[in-house]
Amino acid sequence: MEPVLRLTGITKRFGALVANDAISLALGAGEVLALLGENGAGKSTLVSILFGHYVAEEGTVEAFGKPLPAGDPAAALAAGIGMVHQHFTLADSLTVLENVMLGTEPLWRPRSRFAAARARLADIAARFGLAVHANAPVGSLSVGEQQRVEILKALYRGARILILDEPTAVLTPQESGKLFSTLQQFVAAGLAVIFISHKLDEVMAVADRVAVLRAGRLVADVARSTTNKAQLAQWMVGRALAPAPARSARPPGPVVLQLDDVHVNVAGRPPLRGASLEVASGEIVAIAGVAGNGQATLADLLFGLASPASGTVRLDGSVYAAHPHGVIGAGVARVPADRRGLGSVGELSLWENAAIERVRSRRFARAGLLRRSEMRAFGRELVGRFDVRGPGLPDGPGLDAPASQLSGGNLQKLILGRALSIGRQTGGKARLIVADQPTWGLDVGAVAAIHARLIGAREDGDAVLVISEDLDEIFALADRIAVINHGRFIETRAASDWTLAELGLAMAGRRA
Amino acid sequence: MDLLADLLDILTSVSFWVATLRIATPLVFGVLGVLLCERAGVLNLGIEGIMVAGAFAGWFAVHAGAGLWGGVAVAALAGAGFGFVHGFLTVPLALSQHVAGLGVTLAATSLAYFAYRVAFPQLTEPPRIVPFGQMAWLASVPVLGAVTPLTLLALLLAPAIAWILYRTPLGLALRMVGENPAAAEGAGINVTATRIGAIVAGSALMGIGGSFLTLAAFNAFFFNMVNGRGWICVALVVFASWRPGKALLGALLFAAFDAGQLRLQQSAAGNQVPYQLWLMVPYLLSIIALVLVARKAAYPQALMKPYRKGER
Amino acid sequence: MRLEARDRVSRVAAIGAPLGAVVATLVISALLVRWAGAPVLASFGALLQGGFGSRFALAETLTRATPLIFTGLAAAVAFRARFFNIGAEGQLYLGALAAVAVGGQLGGALDLPSPVLFVAMLIAAALAGSLWLAIAAVLRTRLAVDEVVTTLLTNFVVLLFVSWMLDGPMKDPTAMGWPQSVSLPAELELTKVIERTRLHSGFVLALLCALALWALSKFTAFGFEARAVGANAQAARFAGIRVDATVVKTALISGALAGLAGAVEVAGRTGYVTLDMSPGYGYAGIVVAMLAALHPLAVVPAAIFIAGMFVGADSMSRAVGVPTYIADVIVAVALLAVLVATQIVRYRVRWT
Repeated sequence: MEPVLRLTGITKRFGALVANDAISLALGAGEVLALLGENGAGKSTLVSILFGHYVAEEGTVEAFGKPLPAGDPAAALAAGIGMVHQHFTLADSLTVLENVMLGTEPLWRPRSRFAAARARLADIAARFGLAVHANAPVGSLSVGEQQRVEILKALYRGARILILDEPTAVLTPQESGKLFSTLQQFVAAGLAVIFISHKLDEVMAVADRVAVLRAGRLVADVARSTTNKAQLAQWMVGRALAPAPARSARPPGPVVLQLDDVHVNVAGRPPLRGASLEVASGEIVAIAGVAGNGQATLADLLFGLASPASGTVRLDGSVYAAHPHGVIGAGVARVPADRRGLGSVGELSLWENAAIERVRSRRFARAGLLRRSEMRAFGRELVGRFDVRGPGLPDGPGLDAPASQLSGGNLQKLILGRALSIGRQTGGKARLIVADQPTWGLDVGAVAAIHARLIGAREDGDAVLVISEDLDEIFALADRIAVINHGRFIETRAASDWTLAELGLAMAGRRA
Repeated sequence: MDLLADLLDILTSVSFWVATLRIATPLVFGVLGVLLCERAGVLNLGIEGIMVAGAFAGWFAVHAGAGLWGGVAVAALAGAGFGFVHGFLTVPLALSQHVAGLGVTLAATSLAYFAYRVAFPQLTEPPRIVPFGQMAWLASVPVLGAVTPLTLLALLLAPAIAWILYRTPLGLALRMVGENPAAAEGAGINVTATRIGAIVAGSALMGIGGSFLTLAAFNAFFFNMVNGRGWICVALVVFASWRPGKALLGALLFAAFDAGQLRLQQSAAGNQVPYQLWLMVPYLLSIIALVLVARKAAYPQALMKPYRKGER
Repeated sequence: MRLEARDRVSRVAAIGAPLGAVVATLVISALLVRWAGAPVLASFGALLQGGFGSRFALAETLTRATPLIFTGLAAAVAFRARFFNIGAEGQLYLGALAAVAVGGQLGGALDLPSPVLFVAMLIAAALAGSLWLAIAAVLRTRLAVDEVVTTLLTNFVVLLFVSWMLDGPMKDPTAMGWPQSVSLPAELELTKVIERTRLHSGFVLALLCALALWALSKFTAFGFEARAVGANAQAARFAGIRVDATVVKTALISGALAGLAGAVEVAGRTGYVTLDMSPGYGYAGIVVAMLAALHPLAVVPAAIFIAGMFVGADSMSRAVGVPTYIADVIVAVALLAVLVATQIVRYRVRWT
């Protein structure tokens, strides 16, 4: 039977990063294809190309036997491809009906046909068991209901190929179950489905075929009945883990950071719901979890950008500060995930970014006047010690360059260096280091350097908390691994007590 | 007590309501114009200058021989032209919307004044034109019978814009572009074209609002005649939560206060207070209105965020 | 059409774009001159001559540039922290009133030596502008009210207030019915820098303020924080900078500078306050700041350029009959052209 969708040799690059490397896939009618892979494996990029949000450098896409024009969502829609995005493309203040009707009528029609649209929507909703209130503003719906609207948008436009990007990432188990039965109905109606996930359970339950992506390449394309979870996990993570940097076995010291049943709400982010955790000096605790389970909120909390609605957070026994300047003053070293938006001010120079957290300290300012030479000296020292490379470095002119000109890896080294230099001023007490996705988007060399620093800090007796979506990194760094799921830490074990498969299952919300 | 009696007198006089409608008219056009721009996600601070340009262009066209409605059309075109400049600066070029808007106000105002002086180098008194008069076919209707056609147009425009926004595919596309441009893009809508279109249309309305001043309220173009009305419209839009019906009400309410303060000035009680304080009322009211709604203002989600295609 | 940030500023763009801006401004101005029916080269000649061509012209230009430097600095310091102070016009007038109130009226009552009174006058003017703008600043930091419209509307309120004051409490009884304020006594007026011109030492004060602001931005911790907040408020907050306090402090400085503009105009040029003493210096200051790319030292040449345009346009209008408003148009067009040029330097244009 002719495949309804055929990808041939799709390659997509973002600068030096190859997000998709010569991927060829086919999808048959009435088939559920699961696209499996870790975060960053290239799954979302691939389907974005299908839907016209990105243009591939090489390769072609054929839908129903006809070539699909690249970079054109309207063409994709016309060809029968519908996408249910991971981050919903819905307007909160408009109604369900309006969100669904967008772009489906000729632009210059003098009057929208609401009655007909409402009827058609109701018909489709009934057919697939996706009940919605057409007049409700989308912002008032639960996440599960919003997803239903996102699906209905695609069905309303007559999609015959449905792409769902991590659909269960934001759903409760019950809602996920409902979604799966809905998928069965799609298939029964002759639709073809591409289902992106990194949850092995779901893939085994729902898919007919499984395609596994790893680091941009297609490493497996098999029928589900011929494989099992263990094999899939193996394909997902693949190569033997890189040898971990040398570390001493040592019993951890006193507890430095303590979270006790903490609830935190940050607008627009999944909350922390009763998180409890301890980090002791001389140990690295890694937080593993699927994106969207509260990691960002945890980071905000520890960076001083959010405070708990209930529960306590303690640093060395005292209450954790609720403002960045308080957290800095307590000697917490912070490395945020967003290097350019949060971790640095692109327009300011390297030496200014190096000193920014301590501008009003006695070292850098006297009576309100900047001691620029001190700041520059500090910057030069930082750049030297942490091997920050850039044009004109490590001498004078390089220091004056705006931070926006540093590459990602070097900027991260600068930020890490700045963070690690904080303790020097608090009299040598064991510090807390909080690092959020510290090596995201970096090349192998930079990753190794940063890992070495973090382990070095641990050797020095610092308490280190690393939040990461990279299992390699977690196993390379952690003494203990805590799994975060739906805003709580559901299981914490010594790193040596976790197998990869168990970790994957835990991240999916199931205890082994 | 005297003040209260004066107040009642004012509220029950026909001339008060006629004045209210007259004062409201340029505000209605302006507020609806700003509403269209902001609903599409773009702040248009060019409104003050565009109103000046519209006032001048409309009046000058009539003076040069075009009919009154021809003048209105020219004013709309002038507004649309400056609107296009603003759209070009803010949408594809993604310049700061504040700065671009102020630049457009400056350019439009100075061009209008320059053109005026080129056309009438020596005159101290601008030539008068014959403005819009009352509408004969409405003569028997109270209050409405005494207003000019543009006022009627303004009153009808608000429901018309509401219709377009809420009941047509075009309006839906416009609103979506101001709430979630990525969603609009994903539905096959051209965000850039829609935004620029909204700005051009809104600016045309602003131009018409300006022309009301020279073609109906007065009968000639004076310097400083717009006098901050554009800015007041920007404040009123927030107060109206970006809804055409509330915008009309807001403009009428504001105009009522303005008309009222003018009359209270002249009353016996009002005379005690320096007239300048009365004149301050409209501006102070606008600020208070802004303060009251700022916290819970339901901004179009994408207002003032430049949209870069392919960035997600 | 789409913009892509350039990672390296290309030589071609960095020189070509500003040049393009200048050329565009010249072309449009030339068109306007033609439209007014005057010969292009002769007009431009008269413009330059009138603005910069003689000792007298230069003195006039620098005199007009003085308040522009102050309001330009006010706008520059505010905009740099992303606080859009459009109320400089009102702050200027309040500063002028405060100066006259302290120097002219109060000064007579208390018997203080002139230098002390002079300083008190300036402080009062700065405070007046400062506190007035602080209201808008607090409305923004506490109540999330956008400062653009509030500061704009307050200009009208202030002008009416000034009119009221000049009609009543601060009216000069000896001025034969003209609404103007009590004059400053001669000892409090600023001395002339160049004999037989209107250029007064306020110009020197303006230069000193520009220098001071530059030094503040470059050498103080506060200046550093203000720059960080303006560049990326989120990252500044992450780094421990108190963003709201920085915004309010910036607003205080901005208002103070605008208030000083008013005081200096009164003490240096007019001697008393009238309703028309500022032909839009507050608004022009914004243009000055944007032309100067918000850099305090660049504000001085930008202010002189704009002042020169206006002074030159006066004499050009007398010489060839082109309306003086051409100066406003040239300045507006120059502004838009510079804005476009900066975008082109920073971004590459891609056609899709």
